[in-house]
Amino acid sequence: MKWNKRKIIDRVMSTLTAACVVIAIIPLLSILYTVTINGISAVSLDFLTQIPRPVGEAGGGLGNAIEGTFIVVGIACLIGLPVGILSGVYLSEYGQNRFGRFVSFVADVLTGTPSIVAGMFGYTFIVLYFGSFSAIAGGVALSVLMIPIVTRTTEESLRLVPGSIKEASLALGIPKWKTTFYIVLSTARSGIITGALLSIARISGETAPLLFTSFGNMFWANGLDKPISTMPVQIYTYAITPFPDWHAKAWAGALVLIILILVLNIGVRFVTRRKYGV
Amino acid sequence: MQNKITIKNLNAWFGAKQVLHDIDIGIEKNGITAIIGPSGCGKSTFIRCLNRMHEVVPYAKASGKVLVDDRDIYDSDIDPVEIRRRIGMVFQKPNPFPTMSIRDNVVAGLKLGGLKDKKILDTMTEESLKKAALWDEVKNDLNKSGVSLSGGQQQRLCIARALAVEPEVILFDEPCSALDPISTSKIEDLMLELKEKYTIVIVTHNMQQAARVSDHTAFFLYGKLIEFGETDQIFKKPKEKSTEDYIIGRFG
Repeated sequence: MKWNKRKIIDRVMSTLTAACVVIAIIPLLSILYTVTINGISAVSLDFLTQIPRPVGEAGGGLGNAIEGTFIVVGIACLIGLPVGILSGVYLSEYGQNRFGRFVSFVADVLTGTPSIVAGMFGYTFIVLYFGSFSAIAGGVALSVLMIPIVTRTTEESLRLVPGSIKEASLALGIPKWKTTFYIVLSTARSGIITGALLSIARISGETAPLLFTSFGNMFWANGLDKPISTMPVQIYTYAITPFPDWHAKAWAGALVLIILILVLNIGVRFVTRRKYGV
Repeated sequence: MQNKITIKNLNAWFGAKQVLHDIDIGIEKNGITAIIGPSGCGKSTFIRCLNRMHEVVPYAKASGKVLVDDRDIYDSDIDPVEIRRRIGMVFQKPNPFPTMSIRDNVVAGLKLGGLKDKKILDTMTEESLKKAALWDEVKNDLNKSGVSLSGGQQQRLCIARALAVEPEVILFDEPCSALDPISTSKIEDLMLELKEKYTIVIVTHNMQQAARVSDHTAFFLYGKLIEFGETDQIFKKPKEKSTEDYIIGRFG
């Protein structure tokens, strides 16, 4: 093969892009490796199903934190998914005006807001108002992070639906609202679900917004209006102590959290895999 | 001849730009009326005014009268949704609903109109696909995706979908411009069959197509109706110079 300038540049650039991919993947693999190595030994059935024990006592787990994470994230979804999806529908279908553009802009800014600000929101409006840390305050704080992500991804997915599909539906005598909800939303389904999924994965690992909203608890959940344990906060609590036993539990908790989010991703992709090859 | 649709003094705009000027025309019942003219002459806008699809586009408006069975569809107490159910439309590019099966595509209008009875839906699926001359090709694949079909089959699927809601008029907006000659001739045969029961308006760029299928032809230029008459007369003895120029290919 004869080498000339064009071929050399081609080879150099291809190598460069491949090298960048490797660099991007290194931290990811290193995190997975470290978390697995440090955490796997402490993971057991007891770890997944029992509540924490006092320092010095062997055993115990973070069953309550797993439960709490599901509850708090569940509350965030109950608020965040409908509000986010409907806002996205508004922005894409009706929001071609100043107000719509303003909302889009605000959603973009909110997406980049430090998550502890969401925690301050939950603290100010829920915790101070009701006078207690609570699962609901945590859910509200997480939903604040969730709504802008869901709104923007829904809006973008809906914009990708060709106008010809909407026209086909309207021309059949299907009213606009039914066209939007049954034809357009269903065509954009996989994009919207992906957005919802990303937002759930994102908030499931959030610690900062929960520190002073859901706070934490060493026992099983005992009410939505009471402080509740969550995995990120529990991991944090374990990690900042000086006890090696608890450090191991923090690693194990991190591993479980990563696996849960992975399972969630795979599960939803499986459920929503495209029925047809479109 | 009895007119199904009478258009009186129809004007249409996109924003400040007027695209149709004082159109007066009668569409014969159980006939095929072809609309011909160069690109941008307002053909598509014209038929989109006949089922109130024109106003779906932002900043688009229309004025004048469109009488369907002597009732003005632009009356303020008329629901455009109801008009679109009675006056169906087939578009230039086949546009089946991508997430739906063939069966669901056909009965989409009925299902979203609230019809749930599975038996009736199945009957309507079969009937509509038969009317659209597609049944034999897809009867074993009703659960397959609508977009898995070829372009010509997709277009007939769209025709079946329009037929399923039992319209009185069907508007075809250049239905064959994305299709090969074989699919085109299938759709032309189909239109000739359909006119027994339906009133048909077709916009076409293809002069031979207009000559082959239509009973009446209207020639549009720069948003104005230049000439309207029996297809034979328009193609053989056009009264207007510009009609003749367009038909023999001197411009457009």
